[in-house]
Order: sequence, then C-alpha cells, then structure tokens
Amino acid sequence: MNSSENILEIRELRTSFFTDEGEVKAVDGVSFELPRGKTIGIVGESGSGKSITALSILNLLAKPGEIKGGEIRFKGENILTYSEKQMREIRGNDISMIFQEPMTSLNPVYTVGQQIMESIRIHQGLNKREAKLKAIEMLKLVGIPSPEKRVDQYPFELSGGMRQRVMIAIALSCNPDMLIADEPTTALDVTIQAQILDLIRELQNKLNMSVMMITHDLGVVAETCDYVAVMYAGQVVEFSDVRTLFKNPRHPYTVGLLNSLPRHDIEQEKLKPINGTVPSPHNMPKGCRFAPRCPFATELCRESLPELVADENNNQIRCWIYSDEWDGDPEVNVHDSEERTAKG
Amino acid sequence: MTKFIIRRLLQTIPVLLGVTILVFSLMHLIPGDPAQIIAGEAAPERQVEQIRERLGLNDPLHVQYGTFLGNVVTGDLGTSVRSSRPVADEIGARFWVTVELAVYSTILSVFMGLIAGIVSAVRHYTLTDVAIMVVALFGLSMPNFWLGLMLIQWFAIGNWIPESLQPFLQMRASGWGDDWRQVILPVITLGTAGAAIIARMTRSSMLEVISQDYIRTARAKGVKERVVVYQHALKNALIPVVTVVGLEFGALLGGTVLTETIFAINGMGRLTIDAIRQRDFPVVQGTVLVISVLFVMVNLLVDISYRFLNKRIDLN
Ligand SMILES: Nc1ncnc2c1ncn2[C@@H]1O[C@H](COP(=O)(O)OP(=O)(O)OP(=O)(O)O)[C@@H](O)[C@H]1O
Ligand code: SF4
Ligand SMILES: [Mg+2]
Repeated sequence: MNSSENILEIRELRTSFFTDEGEVKAVDGVSFELPRGKTIGIVGESGSGKSITALSILNLLAKPGEIKGGEIRFKGENILTYSEKQMREIRGNDISMIFQEPMTSLNPVYTVGQQIMESIRIHQGLNKREAKLKAIEMLKLVGIPSPEKRVDQYPFELSGGMRQRVMIAIALSCNPDMLIADEPTTALDVTIQAQILDLIRELQNKLNMSVMMITHDLGVVAETCDYVAVMYAGQVVEFSDVRTLFKNPRHPYTVGLLNSLPRHDIEQEKLKPINGTVPSPHNMPKGCRFAPRCPFATELCRESLPELVADENNNQIRCWIYSDEWDGDPEVNVHDSEERTAKG
Repeated sequence: MTKFIIRRLLQTIPVLLGVTILVFSLMHLIPGDPAQIIAGEAAPERQVEQIRERLGLNDPLHVQYGTFLGNVVTGDLGTSVRSSRPVADEIGARFWVTVELAVYSTILSVFMGLIAGIVSAVRHYTLTDVAIMVVALFGLSMPNFWLGLMLIQWFAIGNWIPESLQPFLQMRASGWGDDWRQVILPVITLGTAGAAIIARMTRSSMLEVISQDYIRTARAKGVKERVVVYQHALKNALIPVVTVVGLEFGALLGGTVLTETIFAINGMGRLTIDAIRQRDFPVVQGTVLVISVLFVMVNLLVDISYRFLNKRIDLN
C-alpha cells in the first residue's frame, strides 16, 4: 500500500515504563497502518498495550513512561521527532482522543462550553463569542438537546452518555483528521453504547475522519471497523481487513478471541475462553509470547519470536505456522477446536 | 445554593445557643461562690453581697441565663468588675488588634504556603520538593510561642541589628502603631504553622489532581502545560485548601494568646489572660463568647465557600 494513502503508519513502536521493579515493555514493536478515512480496530485483552500505543501517538505518556524507539508517521511525517510545541499543535487539532471514562474525563470546575471553547480558541484563534457559538453548534452536532442551555452547565449536571457526547464534541471541534477512541463506550450502558458508536460513525462520514477504535469488544469491531490489529502482550500479532479477520482468522490467539465470542450465525454449545493468562511484563516468554497458552506451540515457538509478516494483500501475521520454518504438523488447522482441546 | 445557605444559617442557631450556655456556665462551674472569688478571700461579707447583687447571682439559674442571653443578644456583655467599664468596650478596644493579627498571619500563611506547595508539587520528588517539605515539617512541629521567643532572641541578642530594623523590636503597648515593621515578628510567629499546613495540603492536593483523567483530557486538547498546571489543575486543587485556610484563620482568632503575651500586644488574647488573672468573670465570659461566635461564623463562611467552589458536590 502506498504510504500517501495512509494517514497513520506506526513502525516498530516501543514504549516502556521504568518502574522500581525494572523496565516494563508495555509496547514492544507495534506496527500497523491506517488508510485515510478508514477505521482501524485495536483489540486485545486487558494490559496488551492498546491505550499505551494510543497515548504514544499523542506523546501523552505519564511520568515513568517513555517512547524508546520506532516511528509514528502521521500524514507521512515522523511525529516522534516533533518538539512539544509542534505536538501541541497536533493534539486536539489534527489528532483528537476520547477516553474510556466519561465520568472523570471532564474538568469539574469548568462548564461544558468552556471546555469545548478551549480547544477551539487554541487551534482556531476564534474570539470568545465566536467560540461559544461554535461550541453550541458542536453540542447540537453530537445530539445534545437544548445546547444553548447545556453549554453553561457543569459536568456534574450531565449523565455519563451526555458527558461522552461532550467529549466527542470537544474532540471533533477542530475538524481533526484522525480520532482515537479508547474504549469510548465501555463505561456506558448498552443502549447508550450503540448511540455513541452510531454517532462516531455518522460524524466520521460527515467530517471524513480516520478513526482508531480501541476496544476489547469484537462485536464493536465487526460493526464499525474496516481494519483490525490484534494485540497481544505489547505486540501486534495479526493485522487484516475486518472481513478476512472474521472469516478466516489465522493467528491462534485471534481464533481464541473469536471462539470466546457468542455468535448467532453458527450453532454453539458453549463459549471457549482462552486458557491461561497474559504473561507478566516482568517475565516475558523468550519465544512467541502466546506460546504458553497456544495449543499449537512447538519447540521453535518457545525458542524464538516470530516476525510480523505481510502477504500480498497486506494481511499481516506473527506466527510460525505461516512460515517455511514451521516445525509442527504441516497440515495444522488453527480452526480445529478438537485439536485445541486435545493438545491444549 | 440559596437554600443551602439558609439551611446552613439556621443550623448555626443551636450552635450559638450552645455557646452561650457554655459561656454562661463558666461562672457556675468553678467550685465555690463566684462572688466570693471575685471579691477575694478576705473581703467582708457586705462587699461580697454587693457583688452578688450586681451580678444577679441571687436569682434562680434559668432567670440568670435568660437575663444573660437577653443582654448578649442586645450587645450588652456586662460590666467589668475591675475597671467598671462595659465589657463590650473593653473588648472593642482589643478586638481589631487580634483580628488584624490573624488576618496578616493568614495572608502570610496563604502566600508562603501556596507558593511552597505548588513548587513542591510541580517539582515532586526532586531535591527542591524534599527541602520544602522538610522545612514545612519543621514549621509545623514548632510550637509558635517557642518560635516567637527564638525570633526575639535572634533579633534582640547580639546587638547586630542595623538602625533601620530597630522598630522590629519596639513592641507596642496598645494596638498597632504607625510602623508596619512592628507587625512582622508576631505575624511570622503566628503564620508559620499555617504556611506549613497549607504547603503540605496544596502539594498533596495538586499531586492528586494532576493524575486525574480530566488533566489528560486538557493535554490531549493541546493546552499548554503551564495552563494545564496553573488553571486546570490548580483550580481543582485549591478547593480543599480553602477549607484549611478558613479553619486556620478561625484557629488564629482564638490562638493568639501566647503570641500576644510574648510580644506584649494588647489584643483579645492578652485581655483574656489578664481577666482570668484578676478573676474578672464578665470579661472572661465576654472574650470567650466573642471568640467562639467569630469561630462559628468563620466556619460558616468556609462551608459556604467550599460548597460554592466545589460544584461537584450534589446539592441535595
Ligand atoms: N504507569 C504505568 N507504570 C507501569 N506500567 C504501566 C503503566 N501504565 C501501563 N503499564 C503497563 O503497560 C501495559 C499495557 O497497558 P495498557 O493500558 O496499554 O493496556 P490496555 O491494552 O489499554 O488494557 P485495557 O484493556 O485494560 O485498557 C500494562 O500491562 C502495564 O503493565
Ligand atoms: S508462533 Fe507458535 S506459539 Fe505463537 S501463536 Fe504461532 S503456533 Fe502458537
Ligand atoms: Mg486501555
């Protein structure tokens, strides 16, 4: 894929936390790309490094966290080389982010309007009156009733769903090229979840945005995304378009994730959760990070880490099974759950 | 908000009544006959009887309290048994001295405390932070009368003070004089502990606020770090500090006794001490009452301002 078509390209991103117990490699060689105007889903279990990847893009890591290497190309430029001042111009203007916790993500001592106006005034240089009109317009856009009244209210006067709409209004107020949504609906109840996702999708089309949707809900991915990057223990293990991923998942971890999802299209006796737990960041397996939980793991898997390899359709996989070096059963079928239970 | 203020005002009524009851009881709680004590051991019975008559001590208790309350409400705090002047006048002359002392000390506390606390928080876990916190701990642990004595000693002993600083040492006989420098030592004495408390409070409050989600939101909007710290974070961090400042001020109003004695300042504290020494019960009652009512009022204001600042608190 030609790089000018990608709004975002991440190459070998490494982000660590330097704690008292040593270096925690939260993100360890993450690569993926996001074509302009499309949506990518980042999925993976808790602790796999999804949020840290997102925060790395905006360079918003908290104290002991540090980007150690790699490239983050936004519109072709490696923004990891940018100064703090240059990054500030990108934040909220070219790339916006909304967070998981709508209840705590708004500043309690400022009105909703003040918080929307702040980014408008920073990035678009409007005066107070113009910015307020724009803030009201944004509240209307995200479907908040009587925006002229809401604009002067404080966050405590709004429900969780309303607050997340306000967060979206803040994020979209400067027409960003890209929106990062870090589990935007996890804290909300189901009907509100659907509304918020619909809203994001609708505004994405209207404003021609690219979206990075972080979630551990594969249902959300199936509904909203064009591409998916599956993350495991700080790495991308599979990247492909959403149809391929659901029709023909190739990584044993992806297969496991899909099997743990309730499905309506096929008959299913019971859900099969993946055995075992995510490895501790202090005690990473030497070889493939999924090996301790993988039903197909071989000697090779345990000894050395597979590379992320792209095929001719740019579907990418990090698993020895798809390489020439594979030392296990040449006829192995990752979809064969009998084999999984027998071996795993 | 208005409803809250009204409710809060109503709530102070029983508190104030309680204060009057306590103050009234002061005279009757001490063992022995108050009139005899006021008059002195050797006083003739006729004189004791006269005092008893004048203070209305022959009436039944509830009548005495009723009279006391009625007088207090109309601003009549009785008459000093020593100077024979109205207690209200005695207090009036000293009241503003103490209030002024408390105000200046609070201003010093807030000023020093906020700066130290913010610097500490912004540079947390650096040497600057550690140094500030050690000094704060020291300031907090020092009894203020001791600090007062030390200050006098440093300035007075060794005669190294240049001419221009001499007024520091000229303590006053009544009220404040014309030279602001006379105020400095007592204000430092009284303000140091408050500054330390406010510094610690500001620091911990800032550190807590700076790790909140909404601070990350502000950064994600492209807000300058300076604005993030001094507006988004500070505005939230100051809410609990306001309470501490208010309580500190209230405590200072009643806590100047030793400092006033050390620096020979004729404020309410000194008036109380002298009155106790001379067994001038009406004056003791008056000062205790005035200080208590002030304290209740300051707390009321603190409560209302806290509620006003902290819009997060559910108004129900
Ligand atoms: N402040 C920190 N100090 C040390 N390690 C951290 C810190 N923040 C994150 N990590 C490490 O980074 C890893 C990835 O965290 P991250 O928040 O990106 O997970 P996630 O995929 O977003 O999970 P979730 O689905 O729970 O949000 C964690 O497992 C943790 O070990
Ligand atoms: S590399 Fe080996 S252990 Fe890792 S997922 Fe593939 S088969 Fe399983
Ligand atoms: Mg996360």
